[in-house]
Amino acid sequence: MLLLRMSQITKKYPGVTALDNVDFELERGEVHVLIGENGAGKSTLMKVLSGAEVKNSGKIFLEDKEVSISNPIDAQKLGIVMIYQELNLVPQLSVGENIFLGREPKKKNGLIDWNKLYDESIKYLSKLSSDINPKKKVETLSVAEQQIVEVAKALSYNAKIIIMDEPTAALTTKEVAELFKVIKWLKSQNIGIIYISHRMEEIYEVGDRITILRDGKFVHCCKLNEITREEIIHKMVGRELDKEFPKKFFQKGREILRVENLSRKGVIENISFSLYQGELLGFSGLVGAGRTELARLIFGADKKSSGKIYLEGKEVEINSPADAIKNGIALLTEDRNKQGLILDMSIAQNVTLSNLAGIMKGLFIDKKKEKDVVTEYSNDLNIRTPSIYQITRNLSGGNRQKVVLARWLFTNSKVVIFDEPTRGIDVGAKYEIYNLINNLLEKGIAVIMISSELPELLGMCDKIAVMHQGKIKGFLDHKDATQEKIMILATGGTI
Amino acid sequence: MKSISELFQRFRQYVMAFLLLVEILFFAVLSEYFLTPENLLNITLQTSLIAIVSVGMTMVIITAGIDISVGSVIAFVGVITAGFLKFNMPVYFSIFLAIVAGLFVGLLLGYFNGFFITKFKMAPFIITLVAMSILRGLAYIMPKFFGFEEGRPIWGLPDEFLWLGSGRILMIPFPTILMFLIFIVAYIVLNHTKFGRYIYAIGGNLEASRLAGIKTDRILIYVYMINGLLTALSGILLASRLSSGQPNAGLAYELQVIAAVAIGGASLLGGKGSIVGTFIGAMFIGVLRNGLNLVGVSSYYQEVILGLVILAAVLLDQIKVKD
Repeated sequence: MLLLRMSQITKKYPGVTALDNVDFELERGEVHVLIGENGAGKSTLMKVLSGAEVKNSGKIFLEDKEVSISNPIDAQKLGIVMIYQELNLVPQLSVGENIFLGREPKKKNGLIDWNKLYDESIKYLSKLSSDINPKKKVETLSVAEQQIVEVAKALSYNAKIIIMDEPTAALTTKEVAELFKVIKWLKSQNIGIIYISHRMEEIYEVGDRITILRDGKFVHCCKLNEITREEIIHKMVGRELDKEFPKKFFQKGREILRVENLSRKGVIENISFSLYQGELLGFSGLVGAGRTELARLIFGADKKSSGKIYLEGKEVEINSPADAIKNGIALLTEDRNKQGLILDMSIAQNVTLSNLAGIMKGLFIDKKKEKDVVTEYSNDLNIRTPSIYQITRNLSGGNRQKVVLARWLFTNSKVVIFDEPTRGIDVGAKYEIYNLINNLLEKGIAVIMISSELPELLGMCDKIAVMHQGKIKGFLDHKDATQEKIMILATGGTI
Repeated sequence: MKSISELFQRFRQYVMAFLLLVEILFFAVLSEYFLTPENLLNITLQTSLIAIVSVGMTMVIITAGIDISVGSVIAFVGVITAGFLKFNMPVYFSIFLAIVAGLFVGLLLGYFNGFFITKFKMAPFIITLVAMSILRGLAYIMPKFFGFEEGRPIWGLPDEFLWLGSGRILMIPFPTILMFLIFIVAYIVLNHTKFGRYIYAIGGNLEASRLAGIKTDRILIYVYMINGLLTALSGILLASRLSSGQPNAGLAYELQVIAAVAIGGASLLGGKGSIVGTFIGAMFIGVLRNGLNLVGVSSYYQEVILGLVILAAVLLDQIKVKD
C-alpha cells in the first residue's frame, strides 16, 4: 500500500500555471528526492501537500484513502509535516516549548504541566539520539540542532510524512552525516521522507527514488541507482550542459589586492594573501572557520582590530562598506535576501543603489539614464524579467543574484567577493553564474569565491585558500587541489 | 506577471483620491456652505499644520521609524518662539530671531532623536516617547524664563507675527501656500533625489542598505532632523494662529499626523509610503472634520468616526498582504 499518492495536481496563479497535472508518490520508509530548477514547482507541490496552498484540481490519497487538505492544520492532523529551509521555531522559547507550541500538556487546574512537557521532549529527542537540553532556548542552538528540534516536533505530531526543504544548506559536513543518521532512523520507523535538495552528492547518498519536475510538469520518476548525475541534470534543465563547471584560465595580471596580517579579535587571525587581476581565489573551510567574517572585514562591514589592506599597491583605510565601494571592492553576501537586495524595490533601483552618482543630472536622478544603464546590465547578465521595474521579491534566486552582481558591475568594481554565490540556486542558473564570473575575470577583475561546495571550488578556482579556526591553513593550486587535501586542512591537519 | 497586490498598490492612490472625492460630494449634499471657496480654503488652512508635520512623518515612517514627540515639539517650539518675541527688540528683527530660534530648536530635537536611534540602537517609539514626555514638561516650565507664570501661555505677541498664521496672499492663506510648497518639494525629494531613494532603501532593508554603501546612520539622522524642522514650523504657525505660546498646544497631534500617513498608505514596517498618499490622507481627515462640524456632529463622535476611517484604510491595505 502506498503511503501517499498525489494525482494530477494542478495549481494556477494569476497568469502562470505553477503545477500542471503533476503526479507524485511516496512509500513507507522511503526517501523520495524531489528535484527541479527554481520555479519548476517543487515548493508549490509541497505547499499543496502541507496545506500552505490549495490546489485547483487533482487528488491526494493517503494510504489509499482520498483526503482533503485545505490548510496546514488539516495536513498536521494527517501526519504531514514540512520542515522549511528557514526553520520555523520561536527563538526566544525553549526547545520543549517549541516542540509543544500550541498543544502544551496541561494539568487539571489548566496550567501547563512543565514536567510532562520536558519529559516528553526528552523522549522524542532521545529517539533521535540527541542530548539537547529541552530547557535550552532555541536561539542558543546551532542550525543543525534546530533541525533536530524540528524533527522531534514532527515526531510529536505522529508524522507519517516529513518534507525536508534543503535541509543541509547551512550544515557542516559532520552535521550532514548526523542528519543522515536521523533520516535513516526515521526510515526504519516507516516514515516517508520527501527530500528537496540541489546537492547531487547527497541525493545519491540519502535517496531511494527521485522525481524530477520542470516548468511545473512531471518529467521523470525512477530509482536513484538507475539514473546518472548527468541524466538528472539533463532532465531538469531540458538541455545539455557541456560540463558542470565552465572553468577558463586567464592571464594573471598585476596584483590588485593585498591583505597583510588582517585580524579581528576572536574571529580571524593574521590573514595574509594577494589577489591578481583575472584570478579566481577560492576560500574553503568549515562553517565558522571565519571565511564570511574575513570577507566582511575586507569590505568594511565589520571593524578590524589590526592589519593592512593594499589596493593596487597603495594602502587603503576601509572603515565602512562605503569606503570599500569607493575603492572598487564589492561583496555579494551569502544571504542576498537579507543583506543584498531591498526586496520591495525594483530591479532598476537595486542595481543603481550603490552608484546613484552615476545617473545623476545635477541634483536629480536621471530616470532615462537609469533605464538605459539597467536595461543594458539586464541584457548582459540575462536577468529574466518582463520589466526592469519589477520588484526583486518576484525574482528567482538566480536572477536575484544577477541583480546584485549588476549593482557591483555598475560601481566599476576591481575586486568582487562572492560569498556562497550559488547557494539555493538551481543547476542551470549556477552554470550561468559561473559564466558570469568568467566574464568578470576576462575583464581583469579579481574574484574571491567563498563556498561550502567543494566541487564548485575545485572546478572553478585558480587557487584555494583553506581556513580553519580563523586562520589560513594553506593554499592549494587548481592542479594540486583535491577534496581530501582540502578536508585535511579544513579540519586543522597539515599536508 | 503583475500580481493583484501590485495592481492594488499602483491604484491605491487613485482609489483614495476617489474616496476623498466621494467624501467631498457627500458633505456638499449635506451642507450648502461646504463647497464655497471660503470653506474649501478654510479646510486647507485648518489641515495645513497637521499636513506639514505629516510630510516629515511620512519620511520617518518610510524608514520604518516613528516620531510620537511631534505634539510636544509643537508646544515646546511655540513657547520658545513666543518667548523670543517678548524680547525688547525691533519688531521684525525679533520675529526673525524667534522663527530662526524655533526652527533651530526643531532641528536640534530631531537630531537628538536620530542620534539616540542610530548610535544607541534605541527603538524610535521609545526615544520619541521620552522626548514627548520631557518636552511637554519643559513647555510648561519654560514660560517662567520669559517672565510668565509656569504652565501659563506666553501671550501678547506682536501683530506682525500673527500674519504668519492668518495672513493671505491673493486670497490664499499663507499656511496653505507653505503646505503646498512643502508637499511639492518633498515629492521631488522622495521621488527624484538620491536622498529620497536612500530613505526608501533604508526602510526596505537597513542592513542591505548599509552593505550597499549607504551611510545609513547619517541619512536616518537627517530624516529625523527634517521631521523636527517641519514640526517646528508647524509649531510656529500654531503659535501665530493662537497669538500665544501655549504649553498645552499640539496635544494628540501625533495621532492625527500618523493617521494621515497611515490613511495615505505608508507601511509602519517601512519601505513603503508616498507623499501624494499622505496629502490625500491629511485632506481626507481635514474634510471629515470640517464636514462633520458643518453638519453638527459633536467632536466626541468625530473621534469615533476618525478611528473607524483609519481602520477602514488599514483594512484596505491588508488585501494586498494576503494576496
